[in-house]
Amino acid sequence: MRVKQLSVFIENKEGRIAEVTSIIAEVNVNIRAISLADTSDFGVLRMIVSNADQARDALKKEGFTVGETDVVAVKVEDKPGGLNKILHLIESSGLNVEYMYSMARIIDNSAVMIFRFDKTDQAIDVLTKSGLPVINKNRVTDD
Amino acid sequence: MDIWDPQKESMKRDEIEQLQLERLQATLNRVYKNVRHYKTSFSDIDFMPEDLQSLTDFNKLPFTTRQDLRDDYPYGMFAVTLREVVRLHAPSLGFEKPVVLGFTKNDLNCWVELMARCLSGVGVTKDDVVQISMPTWKILNTFGIQRGAELIGASVLPVSIKNLPNQVKIMRDFRTTILVTTPGFAMGLINAISSSGIDMITLSLKQGIIGSEAWSENTRNLIEKNLHITATDIYSLTEIFGPGVAWECHEKNGLHISEDHFLPEIIDPVTLEPLPPGAEGELVITTLTKEAFPLVRFRTGDLTSLNYTPCGCGRTHARISRISKRTDDVFVMNATCVIPDQINMIITKLNNGKEPVFQLQAERKKDRDTLTVIIEVTDTMFFDEIKKQLLIVDDIQLAISEFLGWNVHVKFVEQGSIDRKKQVLDNRSL
Repeated sequence: MRVKQLSVFIENKEGRIAEVTSIIAEVNVNIRAISLADTSDFGVLRMIVSNADQARDALKKEGFTVGETDVVAVKVEDKPGGLNKILHLIESSGLNVEYMYSMARIIDNSAVMIFRFDKTDQAIDVLTKSGLPVINKNRVTDD
Repeated sequence: MDIWDPQKESMKRDEIEQLQLERLQATLNRVYKNVRHYKTSFSDIDFMPEDLQSLTDFNKLPFTTRQDLRDDYPYGMFAVTLREVVRLHAPSLGFEKPVVLGFTKNDLNCWVELMARCLSGVGVTKDDVVQISMPTWKILNTFGIQRGAELIGASVLPVSIKNLPNQVKIMRDFRTTILVTTPGFAMGLINAISSSGIDMITLSLKQGIIGSEAWSENTRNLIEKNLHITATDIYSLTEIFGPGVAWECHEKNGLHISEDHFLPEIIDPVTLEPLPPGAEGELVITTLTKEAFPLVRFRTGDLTSLNYTPCGCGRTHARISRISKRTDDVFVMNATCVIPDQINMIITKLNNGKEPVFQLQAERKKDRDTLTVIIEVTDTMFFDEIKKQLLIVDDIQLAISEFLGWNVHVKFVEQGSIDRKKQVLDNRSL
């Protein structure tokens, strides 16, 4: 149920994100979802890719600092209140969302959100029990 | 300007050397007898104190380093018993084993005497109000200056360096004539005066004694022009006294080092060979009168040159050129010695024992010196959550700031972006 996310430390300077995407393109890995969190000095680029190990090795070889974190991909109904339902459930279970972003692809005609929870296993448990569809890793990363 | 002790300060060269030889023999005898470190290091080269027949014999003696002083923490380098020690100084407590200095009553009297020479040498008299504006962490410096000024009979006003506008007011109302401070503070004062609306004419200031960190001729011109004073340099060495080791007279042509109390040498910091007068190298000092904490051939790490020509002021003691460089990566800012190894220790501790790649960047913005600690991010210091990433930045920032006593800025950069040959980048135009 967990999906592996890569995070890359980048300085706030010109062309750094493009540097990351070109390294990933060169090893023929597809970026499924991407989000950037930034501060005045630096940013953290987070990605879900088709082959995390390959992308990580390529980035590390080029001197980037790469972290790996487990995140959860959840189907969100494309209608009013779709995301609200998920967030309410998480909140009422005493869990927290550290950050979230959306995926570029549609799965089963639904939008997909990537969640980083403070307690990943418990969040998966709560979501599954409530019938909210957590998407399997392969369906997120594979073609 | 009056010479405080003309008999000593204007001795002939041969008299100086005779006195130095006698005092050196006494010092070597004392340290050989009472300090294990010296006994061992002299024995290692088969040297007995009575072997010293001339000042040139002295060249073969081993050097003493800061590390030696730390290794013998706390009292190993003392040449007297604690009963005779009336003052203890530990200037940098940041090390696991800091250097601890002791002073006998006599040592303190010598310090006061040397400070009186310096102060009267730049014109301090009974009629002066001497304002000593020192950062609180430089409190040890204040003692000697204060007592020297009191010996002359001047009125002493010790203050910290906080609250610049108030200082200007004090300076005006107390009719301060002499200001003893750091270059950074003097520059700050210029701005404070101009924004306070106080007319320079209402101030009585005439002389600034500026030290504790390096400052250029350019800074001197700015301070003199804007504060309408004469500004002279003073050289401090915490391992000896603090201020009072060497100081400029109004000739502003080198700093007088009291040769009846100190024997200065210049060596090549790499080959350790002695260098001739005029050549730039590392200053090495031997104390000639210190009782509790004598130093034999102490390597200061400061780069300067020696000039034995008698000065236009009538003093004959050697002068060292103004110091702006050191042999190591240690640098002084905000009147604090910034030692890269100590910063390394702090970051390593917060990084689970892994040594970081980092660089210290010093800059002068307006009148303030700022330090940025640039750290290359590693797996152990990288988080996917911004919150956690900022927390480690904060933790390191806080730890270093607390250690130095003033705020630093910490910045993470990508791996490989720091020039590993440059641990320190001092961009201040001092």
